[in-house]
Amino acid sequence: MVYLDNSATTQPWDTVMEAYQQASYQYFGNPSSLHRLGTEAETLLRKARESMASLLKIKPEELVFTSGGTEGNNLAIKGTAMKHMNRGKHLVTSTIEHPSVKEAFCQLEAAGFTVTYVPVNREGLVDPDDVLDAIRDDTILVSIIHVNNEIGSVQPIKEIGERLAAYPKLYFHTDHVQGAGLLPLDFKEAKIDLATISGHKFHGLKGTGALYVREGVILSPLFHGGGQERTVRAGTENVPGITAMAKALRLSRERLEYDQTRLITLKNKLINDLEGVEGTVINTSKEHSAPHIINVSFPGLKPEVLIQALTKRQYHVSTKSACSSKLEEPSAVLLALGAKKEQAESAIRISYSIDTTEEEVKGFMNAIKEIVAEIKL
Amino acid sequence: MREVYADHAATTPIHPDAAQVVLEVSMDYFGNPSSIHQFGRQARKQLDESREKLAATIGAAGDEIVLTSGGTESDNLAIIGYAEAHRDKGSHIITTTIEHHAVLHTCQLLEEKGFNVTYLPVNDEGFLSPEALEAAITDDTILVTIMHGNNEVGSIQPLRELARIAENHGIAFHVDAVQTYGLIPIDVKEIPVTMLSVSSHKINGPNGIGFLYVRRGTNLASLLRGGEQERKRRPGTESVAAAAGFAKAAELAAVEQEEKFAAYQQLKDHFLASLRREGVHFIRNGSEADSLPHIVNLCFPGTQVESFLVQLDLAGIAAASGSACTAGSVEPSHVLEAMYSDHNRSLSSVRFSFGKGNTLGDTEYIAAEIKKITDKTVMRKEGRENNGTKK
Repeated sequence: MVYLDNSATTQPWDTVMEAYQQASYQYFGNPSSLHRLGTEAETLLRKARESMASLLKIKPEELVFTSGGTEGNNLAIKGTAMKHMNRGKHLVTSTIEHPSVKEAFCQLEAAGFTVTYVPVNREGLVDPDDVLDAIRDDTILVSIIHVNNEIGSVQPIKEIGERLAAYPKLYFHTDHVQGAGLLPLDFKEAKIDLATISGHKFHGLKGTGALYVREGVILSPLFHGGGQERTVRAGTENVPGITAMAKALRLSRERLEYDQTRLITLKNKLINDLEGVEGTVINTSKEHSAPHIINVSFPGLKPEVLIQALTKRQYHVSTKSACSSKLEEPSAVLLALGAKKEQAESAIRISYSIDTTEEEVKGFMNAIKEIVAEIKL
Repeated sequence: MREVYADHAATTPIHPDAAQVVLEVSMDYFGNPSSIHQFGRQARKQLDESREKLAATIGAAGDEIVLTSGGTESDNLAIIGYAEAHRDKGSHIITTTIEHHAVLHTCQLLEEKGFNVTYLPVNDEGFLSPEALEAAITDDTILVTIMHGNNEVGSIQPLRELARIAENHGIAFHVDAVQTYGLIPIDVKEIPVTMLSVSSHKINGPNGIGFLYVRRGTNLASLLRGGEQERKRRPGTESVAAAAGFAKAAELAAVEQEEKFAAYQQLKDHFLASLRREGVHFIRNGSEADSLPHIVNLCFPGTQVESFLVQLDLAGIAAASGSACTAGSVEPSHVLEAMYSDHNRSLSSVRFSFGKGNTLGDTEYIAAEIKKITDKTVMRKEGRENNGTKK
């Protein structure tokens, strides 16, 4: 079986699970407890925090552990809005955000905030000029996704961040969930204030994630209770899960240099091959996309039929974001790109992990060719 | 050195069977339950099974279980979620002074947002009187949130009676059952609670997962927004493996419930008898009757809790002052402060909480070590008095 839906979730690595198991058994204390088992768990938690902070080139105190990407995005957006609403109630985001960002903004709109949605071009890219044009005196937050989860488009986060630096009272958040494993961002260099990551997107466990909160940025918490995570996020820390996530991030980064180039080659090869199939429309930009996501439409074909035929051949891909895959509607992201309805309805997404091989991609391409030929007959 | 973990109310070691399930499900069913392909569907099946198992432990239906990241999130979702969704019905909430911080601090936040909160006092055994609840209800009351078993002193509130009072007034009732779940059976078909919070790591399950039971038909505003997961009440990719480990731990706890209750009660009784035999002077905080079998909170007059805990720790004994959620600091326990007017009492009190793996021998060992500590304290005091340096 070949799993090519790594944007939805990745398989935890064996060594990551070993770290999880070891932490579960040997460091089960509550990090808030004062006794030896508590301090040992606290030490392990601190080491995981330091390790991740060093890989992300930030300070350990700038990392807030969460239950995942959805919580991270909600905390960043609503935590900023609720804390700083006395300064203004205007927010800026893009039209191709993940549902956890989009819905958080919808909730704020219902609560009296105004949101400007910056459009994207045909390649799924935001124009930094448009972002800057949207800024008003009462803007308190800009949130732009780094790597889009459906089409893989990579936003000019660094340019946006640098230009937003001229507005020191405004916070800049990016949903870095899809980028963290295969296309890391330097938060400091890109002048980002808040960035969300999720452990299960880079071979960690589900239910783990982190939010980068630049030193000096104050958020209203979503969960209230104990004093954990410097009171930004109450709740007993998931020490084994966090330890496993730290290990997964380290292993990902160790392999990045070699595998990033390898995956980009594999991506371009697949895009070229798919372009060669009659009637396809490639929705992923070759130049401005992440190494691991390829989105392609087969106008006139039902994606479910295609996916079923692929499944029979043991290839597993998806239609759009898993977080909205139950909705039998055209992809909102593709519509935002200006895609026609039949194009937005007939897309499939292929997403690699760092472990994806050339053989797997070749096999997938052969399967596509066979299936398209069969259906056309 | 002997090692005795007597802080099971803070967290518990994972049961090997639950750990094994987490491992297997992580590797074999790693798909995203929202994905439509085989990996997704298999993960969804696992998740549904876990949900059904968890629901069955309290007599609920699967669709009444909202999986969360733990007890704190469950309490926050219940209280904020219910209050926000029923603001048009009223703005009064009733709770007690001895709740966990996840409830107390959440209620305080709601006060900042314009809600009125009544914090009902408890007596010196840690019990709330049902009459006090009845008397506190007004036309504006929308929610009552009261914990089942207290995490610091172990007092068990008369849940059935309290929940019925709320029901009679048509008011929602949330119970924080984090400490009682797995030890005291609750059937939501018999006890009219509207919502009930549970945490996995308190019942030998994995960390980072819990659930909130939400009675069918209850309107709740979600804290997180995003995907369609958990019927939109709790979006975010579900922790399939952790949920499976949690369900396993819950099943094991349910099977062993009576046996565990009796065993922990025996540990507690033996511990207290051992202390008496050693001739240790102590005062019990809370009550003997209607108390959680695994929690015992004791005041050792004249001792100072911080150094007391350090000395226990040096003897390999893990115990606690107050709850662990006051994050690494020894603050006076708000529970003991609420129960006793004597401030010194909370500064000389220690909580022992027993669980899996503890033996009668362990409790004797703890009693003997306490004897050494209290003797030293008395000697130091006498020494200071003899030298005329009494402070």
